Amino acid sequence: MKHALTLIVLLPLVGFLLNGFLATRFGGNRVGKGFVTALACGLPIAAFLLTVACLVRLQEAGYQPLVDTAYTWALIGGRSFEIAFYFDRLTAVMTLIVTGVGSLIHVYSAGYMKEDESYARYFAYLNLFLFFMLLLVLGRSLLVLFVGWEGVGLASYLLIGFWFEDPEKAAAGKKAFIVNRIGDAGFLLGMFLLYQTVGTLDMDRINAAFNGATLPAVSASLVGILLFIGATGKSAQIPLYVWLPDAMAGPTPVSALIHAATMVTAGVYLVARLSGIYLHAPEASALVAGIGAATAFFAATIALVQTDIKKVLAYSTVSQLGLMFVALGVGAYGVAIFHVTTHAFFKACLFLGAGSVIHALSGEQDILKMGGLARKIPVTFVTFAIATAAIAGIPPLAGFFSKDEILWFSFASARGGSTFLWLVASAASLMTSFYMFRLLWLTFFGASRMSHEVEHHVHESPLSMTGVLAVLALLSAVGGFLALPHFLEPMLPLPAVVPALHHHERTLIGIAIALAFTGLAAAVFLYGGGARRAAALRGRFPLAHGLLLGKYFVDEAYDFLVSRPLLWLSDRVFLRLGDRVLLDGTLNGLAAWAQRTAGSLSRIQTGNLQLYAFLALAGVVAALVWTWAHV
Amino acid sequence: MTHALLPVLPEAVLLAAACTVLLLDLFLPPSRRHWSFWLTQATLLACAAITVATAELQPLHAFGGLVVDDMLSDFLKLLSCVAVSTMLFYSRGYLAVRGLFRGEVLVLTMLALLGMMVMISAASFLTLYLGLELLALCLYSMVAMHRTSNAASEAAMKYFVLGALASGMLLYGMSMVYGATGSLDIHRIARVIHAGQGNGTVLLFGLVFVVSGIAFKLGAVPYHMWVPDVYHGAPTAVTLLIGTAPKLAAFALTLRLLGVALAGLEFDWQGMLIVLSLLSMVLGNVTAIAQTNIKRMLAYSTIANMGFMLLGFLAANLAGYSAAMFYVVAYVLTSLASFGVVMLLAREGFEADRIEDFRGLNQRSPWWAFIMLLVMFSLAGVPPTLGFYAKFAVIEAAVGAGFIWLAVAAVLASLVGAFYYLRVVKVMYFEDAVDTTPIVARGDNRALLSANGLALLLFGILPQPLMGLCVVALAQSGFL
Amino acid sequence: MITAPALAHYLVLGAILFAIAMAGIFLNRKNVIILLMAIELMLLAVNMNFIAFSSFMDDMAGQVFVFFILTVAAAESAIGLAILVLLFRNVGTINVEDLDRLKG
Repeated sequence: MKHALTLIVLLPLVGFLLNGFLATRFGGNRVGKGFVTALACGLPIAAFLLTVACLVRLQEAGYQPLVDTAYTWALIGGRSFEIAFYFDRLTAVMTLIVTGVGSLIHVYSAGYMKEDESYARYFAYLNLFLFFMLLLVLGRSLLVLFVGWEGVGLASYLLIGFWFEDPEKAAAGKKAFIVNRIGDAGFLLGMFLLYQTVGTLDMDRINAAFNGATLPAVSASLVGILLFIGATGKSAQIPLYVWLPDAMAGPTPVSALIHAATMVTAGVYLVARLSGIYLHAPEASALVAGIGAATAFFAATIALVQTDIKKVLAYSTVSQLGLMFVALGVGAYGVAIFHVTTHAFFKACLFLGAGSVIHALSGEQDILKMGGLARKIPVTFVTFAIATAAIAGIPPLAGFFSKDEILWFSFASARGGSTFLWLVASAASLMTSFYMFRLLWLTFFGASRMSHEVEHHVHESPLSMTGVLAVLALLSAVGGFLALPHFLEPMLPLPAVVPALHHHERTLIGIAIALAFTGLAAAVFLYGGGARRAAALRGRFPLAHGLLLGKYFVDEAYDFLVSRPLLWLSDRVFLRLGDRVLLDGTLNGLAAWAQRTAGSLSRIQTGNLQLYAFLALAGVVAALVWTWAHV
Repeated sequence: MTHALLPVLPEAVLLAAACTVLLLDLFLPPSRRHWSFWLTQATLLACAAITVATAELQPLHAFGGLVVDDMLSDFLKLLSCVAVSTMLFYSRGYLAVRGLFRGEVLVLTMLALLGMMVMISAASFLTLYLGLELLALCLYSMVAMHRTSNAASEAAMKYFVLGALASGMLLYGMSMVYGATGSLDIHRIARVIHAGQGNGTVLLFGLVFVVSGIAFKLGAVPYHMWVPDVYHGAPTAVTLLIGTAPKLAAFALTLRLLGVALAGLEFDWQGMLIVLSLLSMVLGNVTAIAQTNIKRMLAYSTIANMGFMLLGFLAANLAGYSAAMFYVVAYVLTSLASFGVVMLLAREGFEADRIEDFRGLNQRSPWWAFIMLLVMFSLAGVPPTLGFYAKFAVIEAAVGAGFIWLAVAAVLASLVGAFYYLRVVKVMYFEDAVDTTPIVARGDNRALLSANGLALLLFGILPQPLMGLCVVALAQSGFL
Repeated sequence: MITAPALAHYLVLGAILFAIAMAGIFLNRKNVIILLMAIELMLLAVNMNFIAFSSFMDDMAGQVFVFFILTVAAAESAIGLAILVLLFRNVGTINVEDLDRLKG
């Protein structure tokens, strides 16, 4: 198995091609959905098993990274651009998440999308996404990573706009695409800068160059910040997070796979993968931590009052990603990846649970129109509750361990930890606990607020969906016992702790647990018993509530401050003056000139044979004269 | 132990088969004509197979050094066989409808291929000349094959006179080089020039005529005037033949004459090639804009493309030669598909050779519109098609050899070129179809044309194997 | 006193023949047959060169080449005349200046 890594990447591509073919006119309806399902789920599962096999080989090789050069794409100026795959501890963790959680979500989708008429198209896109995501995490060179990076954006765009008949959903897809382009500009600039100074795009070599005796002649902070701009786009951080909540327009399993478990963590992966740069870039790291903390806090406040079940989860994702960046910013790269892992488990479980609820309620997403579902859909309820407790940080579930470590390092890391950072992060996790239990209470407890007809149709989801929920709930429960930071430590060492703060560790764990339960208590207090107290609170602070409900009106502000001036600029200056007058004028002028020149040139071609011969003779004479002049 | 004539086995088989088909076709009733066709195809397949099977890393010589069988000739011969075979598949229906699908076409095509193969593996002026003339004589008669067409006979006359003029010039140059160096063998000539023994003045005089003759055959400006008229006037099937495989042979001719025999005069011919290349790229691309006939447009495109090929060639090192070779291969593949689509749309009494005949092709057949789109993108050099990488390679070779301003001119010229290629795309996709006749063609033609079009995309994304073959073939043939 | 002509004389003769052939191609205003004759003349100029070189260098290869050129030239004229006949049948003229349907 020399090309096992290549095979991992290619398996989903095969799925895309076959299912894509079946989705077209040529392949349409010749084979049943069973075949599509087997193909779409079987290939990712095969990729997962292959990843496990690679992990075993990695272990046997004493954790020497496996490299698989699939193809030399081009030799340019003596430098070869290879499509090579690289498998080390970090890649192993990421690939396992992508293929593992990815496979589960594929299985879940088989139940969720059963009635959709574009079934094959859906799975083709989902497989395509997996292909690009694997390219992203397995690529050795930034170039391959970038192809994956853009590719997941494309797949995400296709899936957000999957129900493209609805213009609002198509617009959401477009928004995600455009916002990501802004981040990509930074990413590309960082990449060019690295290539120019380091001379390679292979990430292991870049890290080695920065860890070497002589640093490359480039500001690590500049490169770090540029790459981080790319990461803020993909991983939905301030100021580019606005696309993620809108991306919930896609089918719910898509939200679980792309917008919670895998794609949005690509930014975290990028920073962790290039930790060699960030270790030498304290300013960039401080920026990463600051942006992360701010995002975690603001997104959590917005989530407090949202009433759409998927919007709450979306803002929660943004907030959790913020926490991961806090960990990256204080140098705890392994911890960030740990939180990526646990977050993948419980957030996927939450999204899929939400999907199950939406499925049961025939498409209803407003939690104010739910309530009392606990007994009607028990499996969904139990799994959702476990995942909620996990994200809230109730010990000993998965979220507790990873979040606790983030909080600890944000406080005590010698690489930029501070009390203020810890306070902000703790506030965010208190709010997380609160809004998650609020969500749980409004959805599953209390009296039913459903319309009669909806209530009549409530049903538990099929086994393909509930089974997946159970597996993910189990992982959310026990995932914290995976000692991932320890596993990754040989390649991503944990930062040193300020010695004077060492004795605070137990206190901080206590506080973290207390915060989780405080959030739970507050949610039960406010929303238990008909949510009268919540209504009273809302009545007392209408302004604050309005501000949060309107998501700080960031979209409107962007529209007012950025989009409209840009639109005006592009319309008046670029389109009317620049494009129509200058460019079109020049281009049309050039085209007309070229036409005229072409016309007169083609008149030389009179058809006269003797003229042709004469021209040739003139050429010979000119060449003779020229040669003699040079002898 | 190999037989002394093994290096010319493909040529021998081809000649024998050409004679067989010539005789056999006399006795076949018209309803059995397809026997000749399949016999020809089988011969081409056999030639290709023999070429591959007898390929060796080290060059072999035959006929006392008149003929050389090296990796370069194997690679080019193989491609020529493939190109000619594809051309026959594409043109079968077109010729049959016009009553031109007779045994002569097959025989002449095979003999033309024989000429190309002799040219490709020639190691002496004598064989180069013989191969060139065999190819040219077959092509003259094929252009005139449509006996009732005024345009075809006019094109044939022009092609003949100017082609003979070119041969005369080339021969005159060869006689001078012979006089200066005392040999007809290209390697011996190279050694004499390298040792500085030849008569410099006579040699330079000869060089000017040799370069002029080559430029004539390639169709480089100002020796290009025959190209548009011949491409336009000849039946499309013959245009397809002229525009594809002979370019491979012409590349071999250029390489053997300038790259081997006259390599010592590199600085003298480089200057001439710069002028030829620049003029061809600019004039070809600009004049093409004014064309309304797609065959004529593609003729000017050929002129421009030969300019690009020379751009890589004049770098005069392995990178340049391999880039030029890759360019020719890419051009041949693209050209096959372009005329293939034109013939696909043609039917009885309708040539489909005006650009407006492609109007709304997307409505009539999205698939063939897509194939034509790939062809046009490849000609214009839009990534990720084959043409992009080919242009990129020659421009990079030119920059690597220090001809930066020429490379800039090449980029500008290809920008102008994009204008008329994309106009075809615009016509296909953004205008309404006037003619809605369904497109009919044989299955083998459709399959081959589809594969041809997709190959432009495939090799554009994965160019390295093809490029690697070009580099290896040249390196093993002594161009280091 | 009569001296044997030197190589240069033969070459000049060849060049003159070549020049006449060239002039014949684009000076005549009448008909295509003269073009064909001019082409033959050009090949003869080449032959003159080859034979002169061959004889002065005492190398047979040049003269062998001349035989091949003569043979090919015969084939070439045959095809040229055939095309000429075809042209005359189709267009009704062999005037060079009337060959201008294909242009632009």
